[in-house]
Amino acid sequence: MSADPIDGVEEGPAWWDHEAGPVVRPYMVTGGRVRPVTVDFDLITYLVATATLAADTPSPEHQAILALTQEPRAVAEVASRVDLPLGVVRVLLCDLLSDGLIARYDPPPTDHLPNVETLQAVIHGLRAL
Amino acid sequence: MDSVRSDTAPVPQALKILVAGGFGAGKTTLVGAVSEIAPLRTEEVLTTAGVGTDDTTGVATKTTTTVAMDFGRITINPSLVLYLFGTPGQNRFWFLWDELATGALGAVVLADTRRLADSFAAIDYFEQRNTPFVIAVNCFDNDQRYTAEQVREALDVDGHVPVLLTDARDRMSVKNVLITLVEHVLTMVRSSVPA
Ligand SMILES: Nc1nc2c(ncn2[C@@H]2O[C@H](COP(=O)(O)OP(=O)(O)O)[C@@H](O)[C@H]2O)c(=O)[nH]1
Ligand SMILES: [Mg+2]
Repeated sequence: MSADPIDGVEEGPAWWDHEAGPVVRPYMVTGGRVRPVTVDFDLITYLVATATLAADTPSPEHQAILALTQEPRAVAEVASRVDLPLGVVRVLLCDLLSDGLIARYDPPPTDHLPNVETLQAVIHGLRAL
Repeated sequence: MDSVRSDTAPVPQALKILVAGGFGAGKTTLVGAVSEIAPLRTEEVLTTAGVGTDDTTGVATKTTTTVAMDFGRITINPSLVLYLFGTPGQNRFWFLWDELATGALGAVVLADTRRLADSFAAIDYFEQRNTPFVIAVNCFDNDQRYTAEQVREALDVDGHVPVLLTDARDRMSVKNVLITLVEHVLTMVRSSVPA
């Protein structure tokens, strides 16, 4: 892209531009497995390890996730801290889940806005910031 | 398994707010102004069929690329945590928006008056999804010549959608944007007829 992104006039014909990262290779840590973007781990699904570091976890990446989730962490946070793309992290989380090494806590059903009490608590909390 | 904990740690309820806007509109700045952690970055990998290629080999061309999202966190209280996700504004990232908007409390559309049209896609998207949103007009230094009402008219948004002038670098200003959004959501929840 030769255009100055701040001017943002010329976006070029490619749909991957300044807001997209570099083109990357398929992922080795997942053994080449990829999952569609829309999978069941929400970005704010919480994860908690149900085991301490297990010697028999499949990979250092799995280990890293187990170490991180010794305290509750959201999926987005785990991905950011292990520095792997979300899709890769979701595959690893599926492994850990099926091995019984991790527990997931999903956000409430998505078809409802939070209740009045929750919203009031958020407003109160924001005011107190 | 011997090492399984019996005391499953309770987790906080997590809520998410989207911050949508064009490139350079101030999304990351806004998130950073109120987040208790330096904005973190996650990447989503996108695989798409080749674009604009003239493929005569019969081998499907695929392009893999990544889209970055910045996010921040505000702990409201021990049982309630708010996540803010800065999302790329262009509607070619709609698949990401779908994932992000699902279950979102609401959205902040960050409008840059130098490029108002950059926010059209986000506004359309949230209107169609019925995701509550507010429009925060980011006031860059030399660009104070619009009022909120002028921007509302230019963007042609419903009268009930809050439009505020803001400074994405200023914590109080951003706090005010978020409070306005959540109050807007509260109004919508209260006025909705229970099923
Ligand atoms: N004057 C001014 N500059 C801002 C404001 N918000 C962001 N910026 C600057 O604009 C640039 C782009 O902001 P950034 O948050 O990275 O935009 P993003 O692409 O939407 O994440 C950065 O250099 C910011 O420091 C603002 O409210 N006023
Ligand atoms: Mg940014």
